Amino acid sequence: MEKKKTKQFKIFRFNPKTDKRHYFDTFDVPYEAGMTVLQALNYIQRNLDGSLAYRSSCREGICGSCAMHINGKYCLACETQVIHVKGTVTIRPMAHLDIIKDLVVDMNPFFEKLKAIKPYLIPGDPDEGAERIQTQDERAYLNTLVDCILCGACYASCAVNGFDEDYLGPAALAKVNRFFMDSRDKADEQRLALVSDEHGVFRCHTLFNCQVVCPKNVNPTANIANLKRQIIARSLTVKFSKKGM
Amino acid sequence: MILSDVIVVGAGLAGLRAALELNRYNVKVAVVTKVHPVRSQSVAAKGGINAALGNHLRGKYDSAELHAFDTIKGSDYLADQKAVLTMTSQGIDRIYELEHWGTPFSRTEDGRIAQRPFGGADFPRTCYAEDKTGHVLLHTLYEQALKFEAASERAEMKIYDEWFVTRLIVDKGAAKGVVALNINTGDLEIFSGKAVIWATGGSGRVFGRTSNAYISTGWGMCVPFYEGVPLKDMEFIQFHPTELYTNNVLITEGARSEGGFLLNCKNERFLANYEDSVKAMEMAPRDIVARNMQREILAGRGIKGKYLHLDLRHLGKKKILECLPNMRMNAIHFAGVDPIDEPIPVIPGQHYTMGGLDVNIYAESKIKGFFAAGECACVSVHGANRLGGNSLLETVVFGKIAGESAAAYVKEGAIDDTSAAFLNAVLREEDEKISRLLASKHDERHAAINCELGEVMDASAGIFREAQFMNAALKKVKTLKERYTYIGSISPGRIANFDLLWAIQLKGSLDLAEIILQGALNRQESRGAQFRTDFPMRDDKNWLKHTIATLKHGSIHLSYSPVDLSLYKPKKRHY
Repeated sequence: MEKKKTKQFKIFRFNPKTDKRHYFDTFDVPYEAGMTVLQALNYIQRNLDGSLAYRSSCREGICGSCAMHINGKYCLACETQVIHVKGTVTIRPMAHLDIIKDLVVDMNPFFEKLKAIKPYLIPGDPDEGAERIQTQDERAYLNTLVDCILCGACYASCAVNGFDEDYLGPAALAKVNRFFMDSRDKADEQRLALVSDEHGVFRCHTLFNCQVVCPKNVNPTANIANLKRQIIARSLTVKFSKKGM
Repeated sequence: MILSDVIVVGAGLAGLRAALELNRYNVKVAVVTKVHPVRSQSVAAKGGINAALGNHLRGKYDSAELHAFDTIKGSDYLADQKAVLTMTSQGIDRIYELEHWGTPFSRTEDGRIAQRPFGGADFPRTCYAEDKTGHVLLHTLYEQALKFEAASERAEMKIYDEWFVTRLIVDKGAAKGVVALNINTGDLEIFSGKAVIWATGGSGRVFGRTSNAYISTGWGMCVPFYEGVPLKDMEFIQFHPTELYTNNVLITEGARSEGGFLLNCKNERFLANYEDSVKAMEMAPRDIVARNMQREILAGRGIKGKYLHLDLRHLGKKKILECLPNMRMNAIHFAGVDPIDEPIPVIPGQHYTMGGLDVNIYAESKIKGFFAAGECACVSVHGANRLGGNSLLETVVFGKIAGESAAAYVKEGAIDDTSAAFLNAVLREEDEKISRLLASKHDERHAAINCELGEVMDASAGIFREAQFMNAALKKVKTLKERYTYIGSISPGRIANFDLLWAIQLKGSLDLAEIILQGALNRQESRGAQFRTDFPMRDDKNWLKHTIATLKHGSIHLSYSPVDLSLYKPKKRHY
């Protein structure tokens, strides 16, 4: 048998119940082209150290379980090819969220913020009869906006989430714009009011971190900018098109 | 102890839809799920959801009856026909409801829900949102769940995510709740209720090469099975024609329905060479396409002898980006191939479990107060082969029905007579089981057994099956089960102990493997997804019946039950 090449993995470890502080463990993982970082974690968990904790489910970039910090960038472990990572693969958990164990963080604050923005369609008419009509152009405004998988990579990458723990964060704010842009949604003013306080859209420093890390190209930065523009427009006499983004 | 009226286990499409229905009936509900709702396998569904809306130009004369007929024919006549008609006729309202709740379906030119053709269907009736239909549907139901959860005027609905269910509690012949382990704290807790709805999805990970998520281990189907709920038709496993050769990520049937070609090493659309797919070609049902693909590979006409090509280049960049963006990214991420420029390397692989917990048209099982819906259940609407786009439909139609049935059961005065002493004894038992497993000094590792199980199932219970290989496989599975009793060296502690969770779930995978093999071996015929090289014909006289697996004194027992044939007479399938 041909001997496989190995890659070094340096992985953040911390069990709040037993460890005073975090540390890094190093593992050598045999790999070949096609192996993802998530598969490498599986290898470690199954063969080298069963205690390693991380979330995983679909392994195809759609469930949002495995967002983590890999060599300087938040990304999905399942979508990251080992051969694409230069040198040692250093993995850390997502920032701004409490650590439950190793790479498993407490996502509750992230989801609480999602709940706070009324993340559901608020239509103007009752739910009756056949479908509501939406033109292809109207639907096209939702392309990518509806692709968010709630992985939290943007939240962890956002510097503002680091110092303002009440800041709604990129994912929740982008979700506001997802409904704001939906032709079937009739709650524009209510939605803007929800995000116009000091922990809403104007807290965003437009750092573009969320745009860079988003694995689904949702581009939260642009979504937040659109909401800012809409709120400002309402305080001016000049009118902007809703579709100005 | 957590008290509720109804416990829903699983928060994919079927579980969430059931929970929403219960909340509408003002019934208190606790949803228990081992992953956060949006991490469920439903999210990975791609191509679409079927209903005879008639929105497509070629769909004007479509109807629920025609949809039912296509489904029954597709099932190779093993589906229960009235159940199918229930699904296809209620399905239309379920789709409109999802749209009303905000699902961003793709649209037709006149602004209605867009529909595309799918395999085995006479009309284009598959509603879709690009190629992310499962994703948008699951997020819509999750959004509605958050809305319902926040509504204060109705009884409480609460989602307990990252709670792993270890046991179904059955007392005096009725379901009374579950025992679940909080994955993040390690606490073991009883969820006590008057009824239980099961919606834990499929069991693809019994096989090695599957499109299913890691979480689809089969444990969910086994927990009720251990308490007396029979499993039906488990030998019917769907093999999806197009999974990526590299890691079995699904390439949606939508890729073929938009016009993709399947090619062998001679660049030939080989489906034309087979009698059962000559007319429908790439749009023949999944069992037929998968089988003919496997035949090509076995005949040495695969690319490098190993896989086939799915060619989309002629569709053009615009169409691929518009209709199949997610599929394209998957091909790039996981096979290093951009379908705009190159054909995609594909092979057939495990995709769906047609069988499941035996329930009737009202989602009721033989255990009182126990209901099941979605992939973990078998009504049966898919029979021996499921049509693409019908699984999402099943989840929302029967999820709602399960909610209605459980609400009625609770309101009709299901009594809560289970004693605290009984519940505490069950909890203690489960706690001891986990402690024993954690303390085991044996050195069998779950990963090794799991890997061998996958290999043997792929080799013997795949697209082509034969008695001698299945007998050998059955022997092998029994050895693996024996080895499982020596499982140990599990990482200590209970907090976020995934080592422990995989080890527990492996038992379910092993038991299901045995049931699948037993059923397949017994059934001496070829029907739908099951093809026996030693019995290549369908045998309606002896085998037009459901397989029912039960547990008797710790071993698996098979019996058979009749199929509802009240609407259409079985005929030979041609496409």
